[in-house]
Amino acid sequence: MAIIADLLVQGGQMLLVLLLAPLLTGYLRKVRARLLRRRGPPLFQPYRDLLRLIRKEVVVADGASWLFRAAPYLIFAAIWVAASLVPTFAIDLIFSWSADLIAIVALLGSARFFLALAGLDVGTSFGGIGASREMMIAPLAEPAMIMIVFTLSLLARSTQLSFVVAFMSGPDVGLRISVALSLVALIMVALAENARMPVDNPATHLELTMVHEAMVLEYSGRHLAMIEFAASLKLLLYVSLISAIFLPWGMAVAGQGIEAYVIGLAVYLAKLVLAGFMLAVFETSIAKMRVFRVSEFLGTALMLGLLGTLLLFVSRNL
Amino acid sequence: MTGLEFDVAHVLAGGLVLVSFMLLYQDRMYPLISVFALQAVVLSLSVAWQAFVQNAPHLFITASIALGFKAIVIPVALHRIVHRLGIHRMVEPVVGLGPTMLFGIGLVALSIGVMLPVTAQANSLAREDLAFSLAVILLGLLMMVSRHNAVSQVIGFMSLENGLILAASGAKGMPLVVEISVAFSILIAFIVIGIFLFRIRERFDTVDLQALQRFRGGQR
Amino acid sequence: MDLIAILALAAALLALGVLAILLTRLRVATPIVYGGSLVLTALALPLAIHHLLFAAGADEQVWLPLGLPWLGSHFHLDSLAAFFLIVVNLGAVAASLYALGYGRHEPAPGRVLPFYPAFLAGMNLVVVADDAFTFLLAWEFMSLSSWALVMARHREEGNARAGFVYLAMASFGTLALLLAFGLLAGSTGAYAFDQIRTSKHEALLASLAFALVILGAGSKAGLVPLHAWLPLAHPAAPSHVSALMSGVMTKVAVYGFVRIVLDLLGEPLWWWGMVVLALGGISSALGVLYALMEHDLKRLLAYHTVENIGIIFIGLGLALAFRSNALDLAAALALTAALFHVLNHSLFKSLLFFGSGAVLVATGQRDMERLGGLIHRMPYTAFAFLVGSTAISALPPLNGFVSEWLTFQSILVSPQLSQWALKFFVPAMAALLALAAALAAACFVKAFGVTFLGRPRTAEAAAAQEVDRFALGAMFGLSALCLLAGIFPGVVIDAISLVTQRLVGAQMPAQLGNAWLSIIPIAASRSSYNGLIVFAFIGLAVFASTYAIHRWASRAVRRSAAWDCGFPDPSPRTQYTAGSFAQPIRKEFGTLVFLARERVTMPLPGDSSPARLEVRMRDLIWEVFYEPIWGVVGFLADQLNKLQLLSIRKYLSLVFGVLVLILLVLALWQ
Repeated sequence: MAIIADLLVQGGQMLLVLLLAPLLTGYLRKVRARLLRRRGPPLFQPYRDLLRLIRKEVVVADGASWLFRAAPYLIFAAIWVAASLVPTFAIDLIFSWSADLIAIVALLGSARFFLALAGLDVGTSFGGIGASREMMIAPLAEPAMIMIVFTLSLLARSTQLSFVVAFMSGPDVGLRISVALSLVALIMVALAENARMPVDNPATHLELTMVHEAMVLEYSGRHLAMIEFAASLKLLLYVSLISAIFLPWGMAVAGQGIEAYVIGLAVYLAKLVLAGFMLAVFETSIAKMRVFRVSEFLGTALMLGLLGTLLLFVSRNL
Repeated sequence: MTGLEFDVAHVLAGGLVLVSFMLLYQDRMYPLISVFALQAVVLSLSVAWQAFVQNAPHLFITASIALGFKAIVIPVALHRIVHRLGIHRMVEPVVGLGPTMLFGIGLVALSIGVMLPVTAQANSLAREDLAFSLAVILLGLLMMVSRHNAVSQVIGFMSLENGLILAASGAKGMPLVVEISVAFSILIAFIVIGIFLFRIRERFDTVDLQALQRFRGGQR
Repeated sequence: MDLIAILALAAALLALGVLAILLTRLRVATPIVYGGSLVLTALALPLAIHHLLFAAGADEQVWLPLGLPWLGSHFHLDSLAAFFLIVVNLGAVAASLYALGYGRHEPAPGRVLPFYPAFLAGMNLVVVADDAFTFLLAWEFMSLSSWALVMARHREEGNARAGFVYLAMASFGTLALLLAFGLLAGSTGAYAFDQIRTSKHEALLASLAFALVILGAGSKAGLVPLHAWLPLAHPAAPSHVSALMSGVMTKVAVYGFVRIVLDLLGEPLWWWGMVVLALGGISSALGVLYALMEHDLKRLLAYHTVENIGIIFIGLGLALAFRSNALDLAAALALTAALFHVLNHSLFKSLLFFGSGAVLVATGQRDMERLGGLIHRMPYTAFAFLVGSTAISALPPLNGFVSEWLTFQSILVSPQLSQWALKFFVPAMAALLALAAALAAACFVKAFGVTFLGRPRTAEAAAAQEVDRFALGAMFGLSALCLLAGIFPGVVIDAISLVTQRLVGAQMPAQLGNAWLSIIPIAASRSSYNGLIVFAFIGLAVFASTYAIHRWASRAVRRSAAWDCGFPDPSPRTQYTAGSFAQPIRKEFGTLVFLARERVTMPLPGDSSPARLEVRMRDLIWEVFYEPIWGVVGFLADQLNKLQLLSIRKYLSLVFGVLVLILLVLALWQ
């Protein structure tokens, strides 16, 4: 009986991230527009976009292979699985121990692998640009991510997200500068991975500035819908990750009962609103960098991660 | 020595190391001076916290000297000098930026690796202050060594001295801290005035960055 | 019993090699030799598995009166040897199966067939050898037979030079190992491994032997900076031999290292771990950077071997560091990660080499920039190559991710080390490892994407045909093993734990009893991973999304020209090439590592001459290490050459001088 309830909660989280992802994207666009004194698209526009796309016919290029048609499903599946394993309103869900932080990052790597391959599949130069730039940004973000994982695991003695969140919400954390440095580094990595400003402009379709858009240029119809959905899911994943680790209060523990889940859900929604607002403010206040300056940006994230790890060696009870 | 006291001291000292890295990263003159002012502010906060924790009121004087002299007077003076001499160009490091930063991280690791085993008997607050102050000193030296420009070398020297003050305030019961800090400040003042009034003409006649830019061609 | 059977199988392989010499003229020689090798190694595999899983405690020893009269030949089968026998024979089975089809395309089978079974026999004998003489004899035999295989097509450009460099480095490696064994055997001449294991070695001697073993085994494995022969020799050999050399022979070198350093030398010193860690980290980063700059498919795969050997040595270095700090459980974890990666790499590297061999047979091209669009012409090969690429890029739920995850977990235990240098060094190596893993994924996007995807760039690529069933069978078998090892890693970890128990005295907790078959390296509160659940979840997600789409979405598909922002260009030359794909990474890392410089010469407007893009890269390791040594050796050889041309009187005076010198030394020694 308990196991059925646990499965339901885990399934509920999978469904929740699916439902919330386009809403987060719509909310971000709305806040950005408002900050720029425009009215902006309606809040639920991304849902309508997805529904519109899946009802359209798919146009596939002549040279595309089965990989082109299968990739959106693989990408979507990998990101959806990763997003359902990040704690949102509750920790310690029944399958949350099957993948720790390293595995979640690697799942995102799988999705990126297939997206880059899909970009190369049609044999156009735009796909090549997007794929090669995406694969330049990823190796710079991975070492920074590992340093963040290292710092967190030194503190929490675990890489399992439920234990990390439990540690961070407990009293042992204290006021540590390493945590602040890891937060900044994680935000920088998240910006790079989600192709937000200042790394890539999600609203543009100019070939000189795009990384993600270039890879999906040839996609249409339901395939494009899946890829856009996957991108929103990825953004939701990173926002949930940052808020779970660095704003860990208010989350329910699995098995606590329905009131704790409802409170956890409400707190989670509040965190999403706050994080979305801050992201939109950040995006409207800076400009996009040149592609080859992204390495400096991510190099700074790596430095901060390394510094955070080093400073932790000097901290107490280590 | 409660956890919170240690944590705040750790945050401030770590912040000082972080600001030293930001100093290494700067490549323009005006932001360099502003970041140096920030370093002086963080230093004064750190020393003030030490004064509070160690119950050593004379350290408050050191903190206020750091705040008044190094965060306000020196930056304003340097700002004026830079503006008057017109040397607000890019400041290029000798080796590239990436290797310099990586080497800086190595220096921090080295100072932690040297200081922590050596001070195993001392209390944890003093240990972390000494380790971080050695890191700030080494980063200041790195900054002096890796720049062409005389003003950035002076700023490197001053950040080195900030590290020394952090060490002096961290070691509880060190005598004459206030006197030492006043002496250092007078020394700095004389060095700055001396360099800029007496030797600056001939230095910048040959190391003027504007002249270098004209001759260098399209390397950058 | 198992050991005697394995020795008999090795002898049968040698006999098969001799038989091949007699049969070379016949067309039936190829299937006989490869089929025979397949059968013999397939028989050895269950023997090794049986010993590892069911008889791990009962070591077997055999002594044969062959070789040196006062020594004989000792053979020993323990759990470590059994594990590496599994790796060797699994690779051999796959390669023999592949060669049944591939061998038909060999222009001069007489150059390949006799040496192939001898190579397999040599590798098997190295793993079960139990004294220094047998070990070195089998090692040299393995090197020489593989050298003969490298030189099989010696008229092709570059192959003769590759063979020469390989021979020189192999001889150097054997010399280093010989000196190491000499140091360990001591003045008593105790060459049997039992004797070496039980005798006490003082620290200086052991460190010197350690350094020599790094030179000897490391050069055969391909550690930087001793790797230079690998990207020359591995591509020169026929594809099934390349797979064996990269996937299996380098693992035999790893076996040599593990056997001597972890087993024979006893307690390690802490800085040994740091040296191995450093070499491993540098190899992994440099190997993948070199691979990214390559256009030749086989050279790219050979450089990737360097990277993966680096990852294995990172695990081994951690094991040494933990062992020297008496953290046996952490040492077991690190050693398990390294050995798991040994198995994984032999699986997917062989698979990838088989794929590149299939491409070579189908198109005659090795250069990626002349291929493209092969996924349409060779769909099965493309699928197998895709599985191999995904596995080597360490992407879940395949096996490459599991060994990398275990390596990261052992890195995360490193703060327990007591030496400060190690404490700071390991996170730096972790960053390098993460960088290497991400660059590997980039490299295989390039390799798979440029070779198989897109449009064909030459007529040969457009006319490619799918390869024969044997090749496909071998590739799909290895792909299935990659998936299984990724989904059921607990089985492999439990098998390896018997090895680590023997070597470091501890083992990881038993994995097969865990709930849902997940793996828990240290404790459930620490971290865990479940490949089966992740795989099931992904499958479920794909199924759910496919169902939802097909239920509620439009199913219409229309084919048309590519959109390409409204300017489609039909020429396949507008596609991204391997060089252009790697350009951002070359700009990022190459300017530092290869001193890469780019120069663009644009003609003036109105001038119709083409623009030129020149990229200059330098192999710094070759220039700094190999060329000076080459120069010194050449100089010394020139000087010593004068000894050939002396007169009789000068020779007599030389003999006289040496005699007087020896007598002087004797006199002073008294």
